[in-house]
Amino acid sequence: MMKNRSLVSITDFTREEYIRILDLAEEFESHPIQNLLQGYVIATLFFEPSTRTRLSFESAVSRLGGKIIGFSDSASSSVSKGESLKDTILTVSRYVDLIVMRHPKEGSARFASEVSPVPIINAGDGANQHPTQCLLDLYSIRKTQGKPDGISIAFVGDLKYGRTVHSLVIALCQFGATFHLVSPIELKLPGVFKDYIEKHHLHYFEYTELDEIIPKADIIYMTRIQQERFSDPIEYERVRNVYNLNSAMLRDTKKNLKILHPLPRVAEISEDVDDTPQAYYFDQVENGVYVRQALLTSILGVK
Amino acid sequence: MENREPRKELQVSAIQNGTVIDHIPAKSLFQVLRILHLEGSANQILFGTNLDSKKYGKKGIIKVADKYFKIEEINKIALVAPTATLTVIKNYQIIEKKKVEIPDEIQQIVKCFNPLCITNHEKISTRFHVVDKKDLKLLCHYCEKIMERDEMVFL
Repeated sequence: MMKNRSLVSITDFTREEYIRILDLAEEFESHPIQNLLQGYVIATLFFEPSTRTRLSFESAVSRLGGKIIGFSDSASSSVSKGESLKDTILTVSRYVDLIVMRHPKEGSARFASEVSPVPIINAGDGANQHPTQCLLDLYSIRKTQGKPDGISIAFVGDLKYGRTVHSLVIALCQFGATFHLVSPIELKLPGVFKDYIEKHHLHYFEYTELDEIIPKADIIYMTRIQQERFSDPIEYERVRNVYNLNSAMLRDTKKNLKILHPLPRVAEISEDVDDTPQAYYFDQVENGVYVRQALLTSILGVK
Repeated sequence: MENREPRKELQVSAIQNGTVIDHIPAKSLFQVLRILHLEGSANQILFGTNLDSKKYGKKGIIKVADKYFKIEEINKIALVAPTATLTVIKNYQIIEKKKVEIPDEIQQIVKCFNPLCITNHEKISTRFHVVDKKDLKLLCHYCEKIMERDEMVFL
């Protein structure tokens, strides 16, 4: 039962619970407007701005007939007056049925879930976890490949700091996959995740060049190399434009290949890819709304 | 001159009732006192450090009169004194001897090494799951980062 449980980390739910969410999301994709949250109030507390994730949650709540209160950056909240996170959560929890929270500090969502009397959905805690992104990625994979398991997936870009990559690697290990890891040497996937893959008797392969994995992949998961993760601007300059996927590179791919990206993109996918049949990143964004509808209704116990 | 045996003497005198914590690495003695909250204790406490030890070279020892520790309490010192032994004394007799063990979970003693962890920014007690007892690796309950022995800072 997911009722009244917080979702903080991708490891909080079992494989069966994820499948249930994905099935439910499929239902919402066919019938997105359902008045299931009428009378419910949901808080979106964004201690750091994230337009895409916030709007996606707010769209999900709106389509379910619920109301939203909250703030979109900490400057407009009482944090700017020095209020502790605990006090903010204890206060807001008296107004709402569920809190969706994004916070720049790692572990903030776990802490909030321990002090809050209402469930918390983690919408990103620093570089740590972003489980709803992971679920919508899984949904997109299952939808485009017909199944979530046994796929050949290439992760490209910043595999060291990219939390969406880390979460998806962990989630896919529950289903089984082959991992192709494409990154500059300095942004390789941390050892702890490679150990995790091996512990599940799965395989990974590492590359520095993008070209050779394109014909092999079912999914190419592109990521942005994030400037904010680098303390040394010279190091960032060296790797920022190292990968660029353009339509000419997509001539010889598997038929089922889809390109995913957590967005926003910068230079890693050329705009000419947008019109190819392999481009899936904007559909992926749309899937996020269905997955969040599924999560909200499961946790609130109305579905 | 007749050959006399070297005089045998306890370097820290015996206690009638209480607990002896022996084989503490010499450098960790004061940390152990702190972790066990013995600094403000009203009990009689005898302690010594940099004492000779056949097994460890130099060691520390603490004797606390009229105090018996719970095992969870004493296991807290395992992070800084994994070799420590515990002896329960009643009426100068050894009643029980045991070794400290690294617990499955560690609270409050250690600071999270991740500067972005919420525990370093709000008033929150730290909490770690011990994921590797041999090499001592701690998983932060909050930020989910794994900290190794040389990264640990004690609170």
